[in-house]
Amino acid sequence: MEILALLLAIPLAAGLFLWLWGEREGAPEVNSAFSFATFAAAAWLTATVVSGGPIMGFDEQFFVDPLNVFLVALTAFVGFTTSLFSRPYMRIEREKGRMTPARLRLYHSMYQIFMFTMLLALTTNNMGILWVAMEAATLATVLLVSVYRTAAALEAAWKYFILCGVGIAQALFGTILLYFAAERVLGAEGSALLWTHLNLVKGQLEPAILSLAFVFLMVGYGTKVGLVPLHNWLPDAHAEGPTPISAVLSGLLLNVALYSVIRCKVLADGALGSHFAGNIMMGFGLLSVVVAAFFLSRQRDIKRMFAYSSVEHMGLMTFAFGMGGPIANFAGLLHMTVHSLVKSAIFFAVGHAAQKAGTQVMDDIRGLLKVSPTIGWGLMIGTLAILGMPPFGVFASEFLILTTAMREHTWATPFLLLALGVAFASVFSRVQPMVFGETPLSALTHQPALTPVFVHLGLGLMLGLYIPPYLAGWYKQAARLLG
Amino acid sequence: MNALTPQLVNLFASALLLIAFAMLAQRRIVTLINLFAAQGLALVGSTVTVALATGQTHLLYSAGITFALKVLLLPYILHRLIRRLNVKWDIETLINIPTMMLVGIVLVVFAFNLALPISEFSRSIARGTLGIALACVLLSFLMMITRSKAVPQVIGFLSMENGLFFAATSATYGMPMVVELGIALDVLVGMVILGVFLFQIREQFDSLDIHHLEKLKDE
Repeated sequence: MEILALLLAIPLAAGLFLWLWGEREGAPEVNSAFSFATFAAAAWLTATVVSGGPIMGFDEQFFVDPLNVFLVALTAFVGFTTSLFSRPYMRIEREKGRMTPARLRLYHSMYQIFMFTMLLALTTNNMGILWVAMEAATLATVLLVSVYRTAAALEAAWKYFILCGVGIAQALFGTILLYFAAERVLGAEGSALLWTHLNLVKGQLEPAILSLAFVFLMVGYGTKVGLVPLHNWLPDAHAEGPTPISAVLSGLLLNVALYSVIRCKVLADGALGSHFAGNIMMGFGLLSVVVAAFFLSRQRDIKRMFAYSSVEHMGLMTFAFGMGGPIANFAGLLHMTVHSLVKSAIFFAVGHAAQKAGTQVMDDIRGLLKVSPTIGWGLMIGTLAILGMPPFGVFASEFLILTTAMREHTWATPFLLLALGVAFASVFSRVQPMVFGETPLSALTHQPALTPVFVHLGLGLMLGLYIPPYLAGWYKQAARLLG
Repeated sequence: MNALTPQLVNLFASALLLIAFAMLAQRRIVTLINLFAAQGLALVGSTVTVALATGQTHLLYSAGITFALKVLLLPYILHRLIRRLNVKWDIETLINIPTMMLVGIVLVVFAFNLALPISEFSRSIARGTLGIALACVLLSFLMMITRSKAVPQVIGFLSMENGLFFAATSATYGMPMVVELGIALDVLVGMVILGVFLFQIREQFDSLDIHHLEKLKDE
């Protein structure tokens, strides 16, 4: 329980501290140190839960079970590695004049607040607080998306704010309906929004209310997952914001939003006793996979392209959780993990590649392998991994999702295969000339931090070849929990 | 509780809906802010009525928060904002107000139909008003879509929050306190961030017209 408090207090205190301390020479290192402390707390929490089972804290307001503990660990880990990556990245941006001390101060402070809101959303047991934390996560990142103050960045941030704000308002209406249904069973106490309590009585919740509530919750949180047709904010926010933010948006925030949807689905399934929630998720998921795959080939901006790739993968996960069942849920959880590791690694490599070329337009980025082999290889390997080439983890999870789809929802298989094929062709043909070929580019002023890239890709590779038994057990437990 | 209470709640609810329609057609930014404050006041009125009639004291706190935030603080911030941004007397050209009103009426019918089967389950004295709450949310949504200036869009966004709060009091007796506090905090922080943001937009484009923010597209 203390560990839970520590996990949330560290990023919150860090955010305040970095704001008050202001932008100094060592601020990026302090940011990394705080992120490391958060990661250490998350690791400790994980160890506690793995050895001692689920824990509750603070009047049952917080709850950690096998489902969210692995997301907590993942979030804290990627948060830490991204802060390592952002040190040289932001120094270079500052030398280029894109970042000023005032903007860096905002960036470091909000980075930590953003981590805090995500960890709060993951650990809270209260569906109302979950909503508050998701909204706060939007608020923390909106000024980071607009931090460069260019016309395009402002537009992206405005879209992000308005679309996610409207979306999340739908989720609030869904939460109100959920409370309405729960209050009839649990009474009008604070406990009526606690997920663990709701989970116990989910069979008694009024189906008519719950089905409407799930539709609103799905649309609301689905906007933040970036599901088609609610995805419009996502490519803009990823392309125009600073790259470390693109990495955490893609790698972490989308996961947290999907986690909220899954929690709601468990309740809706229990109340309705039908596959209603799953069908909606499968519909949104499949549409996202197919539409995003076709949008991939039309992109010219490298970060936009990988943003669409995130839409595609989030769609695939939503589809997997929509199918339900132990195997599909297992695959969905595995896909969440590897996608978040590999996609953030890609954004790290892309960030430095774009800095080197001075542009995000793919036609102008050439011959990365010549000027800096590590960035080139990082991008190449990351791309192969995200496209689902064996032996990376994405292959394993996509394979599981596809085989489950073939068995249970045969009609969906051709769409999935077609989309994956189109995605492969369009992304690979874009990345290949960027990595190989001739170039007039020169080296960067600061040594880029590429360790995180290869650590992430290494983990992604490991998950494809060998899932440690405790991790597999953990996924299975979480998958069972989802039903 | 007496026979007057449901009548009073209905009165406030219809005021809420009427103001939502008025906002949809209002072209002056100053008046829009005043309408928003009036809508907040109607919300406070209905919450207080329900609270007094049922003895739910936490609803009184909730009404207090709403009053401080939606009637006093946010309109004050908005007034200050438009003065400093120099858009106080701006008039927006709205095309086709009659069509918009008709679309609004369709939305209200839709909302009532959607809410009808559900509001039967409610034990709240204000249960008939769930449809009105949903209608307010949808009307604010429509307002956000049709506006081309930043400040009216923001007001539409805030007015949507009003509709949601009204839904919370009409379906149940308000959300748990900790959640309501969290939501209020989010709204306040969001407003401050929006204020900062509007200045950034103005600095970049010399105007608050959203049409400048429609450049990013997929080729």
